[in-house]
Amino acid sequence: MSKADAAAAILWVGATFYALFGGADFGGGFWDLVAGGAERGERPRALIQRSLTPVWEANHVWLIFVLVVLWTAFPPAFSAIFTTLYVPIALAALGIVLRGSGFAFRKSIEGLSGRRAAGATFAISSVLTPFFMGTVVGAIAAGNVPAGGNGDAFSSWIQPLPLLIGAMFVATGAYLAGVFLVGDARRVGEPDLERYFERRALGAGVVAGALAIAGLFALHSEARYVYERLVDQGLPLVILSLLCGAALLVVLRRGGRRPLRPLAAGAVVAVIWGWAVAQFPYLLPTSLRIDQAAAPDATMTIVFIVFAVAAVLVLPSLGLLYTLSQRDLLESEH
Amino acid sequence: MSLLDPLPLAASASNLLAAREQMAFTLGFHIVLSCLGVALPATILVANYLGLKRGDEDAMELARRWSKAMAVTFAVGAVTGTVLSFEFGLLWPNFMDRFGAAFGVAFAIEGIFFFLEAIFLAIYIYGWKRLSGWAHFWSGVPMFVTGIGGAFAVVAANSWMNQPQGFTLDAAGKVVDVEPLKVLINPATGYEVPHMILAAYMVVGFLVASIYAVGMLKGRRDRLHRLGLLIPLTIGLIATPIQLFVGDTAARAVADHQPAKFAGMECIQETGGHQTEYVGGICTSDGVKAAIPIPDLDSFLVGFSADTKVTGLDDIPTDERPPANTMLHLAFDAMVGIGSALLLLGLWLAWSWWKKRDIPKTPWFLRAVAVSGAGAILALWCGWIVTEVGRQPWIVQGYMRTEEAVTEAGGLWFSFGLVLLVYAGIGTTAILVLRGMSRRWREQGAEPETEGPYAPQTGVAS
Repeated sequence: MSKADAAAAILWVGATFYALFGGADFGGGFWDLVAGGAERGERPRALIQRSLTPVWEANHVWLIFVLVVLWTAFPPAFSAIFTTLYVPIALAALGIVLRGSGFAFRKSIEGLSGRRAAGATFAISSVLTPFFMGTVVGAIAAGNVPAGGNGDAFSSWIQPLPLLIGAMFVATGAYLAGVFLVGDARRVGEPDLERYFERRALGAGVVAGALAIAGLFALHSEARYVYERLVDQGLPLVILSLLCGAALLVVLRRGGRRPLRPLAAGAVVAVIWGWAVAQFPYLLPTSLRIDQAAAPDATMTIVFIVFAVAAVLVLPSLGLLYTLSQRDLLESEH
Repeated sequence: MSLLDPLPLAASASNLLAAREQMAFTLGFHIVLSCLGVALPATILVANYLGLKRGDEDAMELARRWSKAMAVTFAVGAVTGTVLSFEFGLLWPNFMDRFGAAFGVAFAIEGIFFFLEAIFLAIYIYGWKRLSGWAHFWSGVPMFVTGIGGAFAVVAANSWMNQPQGFTLDAAGKVVDVEPLKVLINPATGYEVPHMILAAYMVVGFLVASIYAVGMLKGRRDRLHRLGLLIPLTIGLIATPIQLFVGDTAARAVADHQPAKFAGMECIQETGGHQTEYVGGICTSDGVKAAIPIPDLDSFLVGFSADTKVTGLDDIPTDERPPANTMLHLAFDAMVGIGSALLLLGLWLAWSWWKKRDIPKTPWFLRAVAVSGAGAILALWCGWIVTEVGRQPWIVQGYMRTEEAVTEAGGLWFSFGLVLLVYAGIGTTAILVLRGMSRRWREQGAEPETEGPYAPQTGVAS
């Protein structure tokens, strides 16, 4: 494995964490959006808020991690992506700002109408942000980002595959959030909310699965390189994802208790790494290879050191945060 | 500039202006919040420590309130900081393409600090009720360390843009080798980093104190307000004299490293000794109008002798001179002026404390503190105008012009307009939310909030 490949792997590790934890936070916003009126949606919203509050900022930092590794280790790829897909990227950035601010304001703002406005801002941008991020990923997979950048600002992502991947991002986030919230509802002893999120996780899982299958067809017609490697070298991971997803659906249907979260995470992680395998050795299929985009060795060494420090310091700290949060030692009420 | 650039010059120039405006605005907005992220934790921890060590309930209550305010400002700071990361690619893609491999290492390190800060800030902010007193206090200490570490890494990246080094370019201008330590520890790191960290402590110290000064002017003279004024004010006042020393060192280093920036900010037209220091005024090619001139002082400040030769704009090629000289000059003078005024404020308090162990009795002292927060923020902005506008036309001093770095993307003015609207809404809401929190705290008294919003009033006696 070359230094560049190792740096690409680090990029993917960051993206995996962001997809799992940041994705679930977006999904929380999705369930907030569809929870109904202030009264009907009060209890699910309270649970969502309680689950998200202590962790969403830390989860969000994985996005910064991915951006920083991308521009440090693979500067030409960063530049090519941002000069081509600036429309969905700018919309995602806008969504990130509105979502974080809306969430923080909702807890502290006075008056029902203010809370509603802040909450709606949070919830709507929680759906739009992952959608636009998905279109970026879809456009990259489809090979619509030329190595030199400045590809078409609209036709690069307004295509069936990028739009499908955008929808898949939303559905996957909702699926993860639904599964995580089942566990949270169980922990705080609210069996009706447990059922509530079980049904929703199940629904989101079916939709995400359907979108993934539609995505395979779109890959076949729009992203041939990725498709062919996905059903070849990537096939074990695709099957693993399907198995995890199917097992989880069965467990959910039967109201089983375990192991919900590992199965949901497994289904998502397998897809992300399947994509990595399918793209290899390209960062931008099929115009820019990992080694072509790579920064000098000394830069890569720093990226490795930073990653090692992150593994030693950040992961245990994150573990501490999640543990405290899961043991209800962190109070989200103000 | 690329010969392949398909755009007519007018379009690139328009993009350059729009991109610079948007960057300046979003950075100016975020930097106030990042000061809170860097220095508010220490301020809170001081109050928390006093509360635990002396069983001081007022100090504890202040720490509790400030940490709740920080929950809001940190959230907005985290997302507006993310926007800046996006803007590197959205506005300056060619800069990142060419130099990301070199100065990206600073951001990689910043990423670690930001991660740890976000984690421990969450544990601290939400750990008030269930963690034991000292465990909770110690869970907050990493915020203080990571705030400083993060500021170091980010400002080191900016220092590198001013004093780039630690990389090798091939014939095509591509970075082929990097020496990360030299990138991080460049000639400007030594003064830019402490200057910014001290600025953060000043902004937080004076801003928080100014809120309590306003309260005291409105007649809220309880112990909580006094403490709420004194803790942050002391922090700001300790930082101020150190800041003036660091700033003075920085100005001399800029005269040495970036003569064009220095000539711009001091309105020096012709190279030579015996340079006049102009206080205020309008810079023109015929000299400075409407300023207070102090003969020889500029030369003296640069080299401790009136004979010190200082480079003037006449020695800088026309296309390498910084724009907007008057603005640069006034920004520099305003920063120095505000810093000096804040030093006087500190001396006033020190005198009064030494004489009678109390803050000055006159309402003018409280009025001065009440405006000091806005003053410190203004000085912060002025400092960044000097740093950033003074570096123009370069984005990487001597290596890459800002016009080469800017994106060719369309719709930049539309994007800037949208950013203005959204940030205006977020800024206004943030202030309203914080004011609302403050009002609720006053109505509930110093008692920790144990009642629900609809619970009957039970009075403050426990």
